Amino acid sequence: MSESRKLEEFLRTDPRDVGCDDALAVLHVYVDLVAAGQDAAGRYPGIAAHLAACGPCGEDFTGLLLAVTGA
Amino acid sequence: MPVQNLDEESSAWLRRLSADSRDRAAAERDLHAKLVRIALAEVRRRQSRTPVAGPELDDLAYQAAADAMLAILAKLGDFRGESRFTTWAYRFVILEVSGKLGRHYWRNPPVALDAAQWERLPDRLGLDPERHAEAAGILAEVRRVVDEELTSHQRRVFIAIVVDGIPLDALAAELGVRRNAVYKVIFDARRKIRRALAANGYLAEPGREQR
Repeated sequence: MSESRKLEEFLRTDPRDVGCDDALAVLHVYVDLVAAGQDAAGRYPGIAAHLAACGPCGEDFTGLLLAVTGA
Repeated sequence: MPVQNLDEESSAWLRRLSADSRDRAAAERDLHAKLVRIALAEVRRRQSRTPVAGPELDDLAYQAAADAMLAILAKLGDFRGESRFTTWAYRFVILEVSGKLGRHYWRNPPVALDAAQWERLPDRLGLDPERHAEAAGILAEVRRVVDEELTSHQRRVFIAIVVDGIPLDALAAELGVRRNAVYKVIFDARRKIRRALAANGYLAEPGREQR
């Protein structure tokens, strides 16, 4: 197997991925858990899978987390 | 449905923003100021990844804060206390920033829709023909799947996002669809391409690909 890591990352899909609509619907809940140091990914594995794979939703997650933590 | 078990700060926001509150105007000013601060910080955080720049970027932030404020007040009754009030409210402004950056992309787009810059695909996928002996075969198989297994809509979305590098939110805005619709097309295309590469021996293992 000689394909690049970039190709492998691009092709990787997670069956738990819930998609953008479901992830954004509870993004505030997920972010509060992360900000509180709780196991958000454990409680919402489908959200975690999506945020890891979707660039725009990942950006929204990072932006909201920064907003609530004041970083 | 009443909101229960709220933290003190969230309760105070709801009380101050309620229709019969004498403090409502001041509360709206306070919340709007926070939304503006967050929107400005967010557009600056993202400015290296958007063609929107300068005063237009600040204008976009102020518009996002104003639109978020309207949405928050209109949906105040939807808040169920699943998170802190401010986290729920700030979500609106973050999503407004994303949506507006997507729409503003087309005012000065670095890449036109349907440019189909296939020569960029090796770089997009991290394939260097000089370092990867199978790169030509992989690229040909990707192109075959795109040409033969995707619908015309799926093909257009794939080329825009993966080949031409157009931001997903910008394409969603241009096509008049939700972000999720574009994401799903790319998700399905990735599965098809992975299956094809595995079937032709370019990938050692299929990995997880069921959804």
